[in-house]
Amino acid sequence: MTQSIDLRRRGLLRASGVSVLSASTVALLAGSEKMAVAQPSNTANDVGILNTALALENEAISAYQLGATSGLLQKPVLEVAVLFQTHHKEHRDALIATIRKLGGTPAAARSDAEVAQALNASALKSQTDVLRLAQRLEKGAANAYIGVIPSFGDRPLAQVSARLAADEAMHWTVLTQVLKDPLPAKALSFGA
Amino acid sequence: MAVALALAVAADAAAADAAHGQELYESRCGGCHSLDANRVGPAHRGVYGRKAGSAPNFNYSPAVKNSNVVWGERTLDAWLTNPQALIPGQRMNFRVATAEDRADITAYLRQQSGK
Repeated sequence: MTQSIDLRRRGLLRASGVSVLSASTVALLAGSEKMAVAQPSNTANDVGILNTALALENEAISAYQLGATSGLLQKPVLEVAVLFQTHHKEHRDALIATIRKLGGTPAAARSDAEVAQALNASALKSQTDVLRLAQRLEKGAANAYIGVIPSFGDRPLAQVSARLAADEAMHWTVLTQVLKDPLPAKALSFGA
Repeated sequence: MAVALALAVAADAAAADAAHGQELYESRCGGCHSLDANRVGPAHRGVYGRKAGSAPNFNYSPAVKNSNVVWGERTLDAWLTNPQALIPGQRMNFRVATAEDRADITAYLRQQSGK
């Protein structure tokens, strides 16, 4: 029964010209069907926010790629870094699908070399250096997702932004533990 | 009204804390921005006093590129309050809720711009 429902759903998606969405994308869009009839001005602005988020995710993917191929990360830290990169790739794919669903054009990613230069990756000399960079980027990403929440015209997308922020905060927490940094002494340390 | 607003912003600027602004900048702006490199957003060193959309080699939205905004206390406060209200069609959309935090971030950017 479940399989037939899935097949029927896939057929509907294909018939409407929408590519089949991944599980994460379906989850991302859950409850957001009203996006299809959102006000055009709101939609254009929401697409802009999502494209900025996409640039953020692409930068994170490149940063983890640089770290993973640097030779500076040892197991099990390397495995964790690759897992986090996978999360960012899922975020990227979900954002691209959502931008397209809203009628927008996903922004192209910069090359790893361009990101390496922008992040001054040549200065990374140890595992700790790589983890500090990742920790800084994850906190910045979490705060970026929190900071754009009030700007979404479509409220379910604001909720998605909060979910993405939670993933980044989880990454930051793990990295903070690996680095043996103290946890925040006060509550509400993100978005502040 | 405009005079009162300008005086209020000027008072905030005088009381602003650039050191706290640096902390805020690194934790809240650092996901997308650096002082000396274009990333998701443009490089910020020198932004204070600069025309919006004029950092070299950054791909701005047409809205920002074509705006007449010059970054200073009032415009940065308005931008960080609600970017879309200041320049409709921009791509940042990140908001800083409290006036004190906006003033401190602005003080840090001003300091880093040598102004």
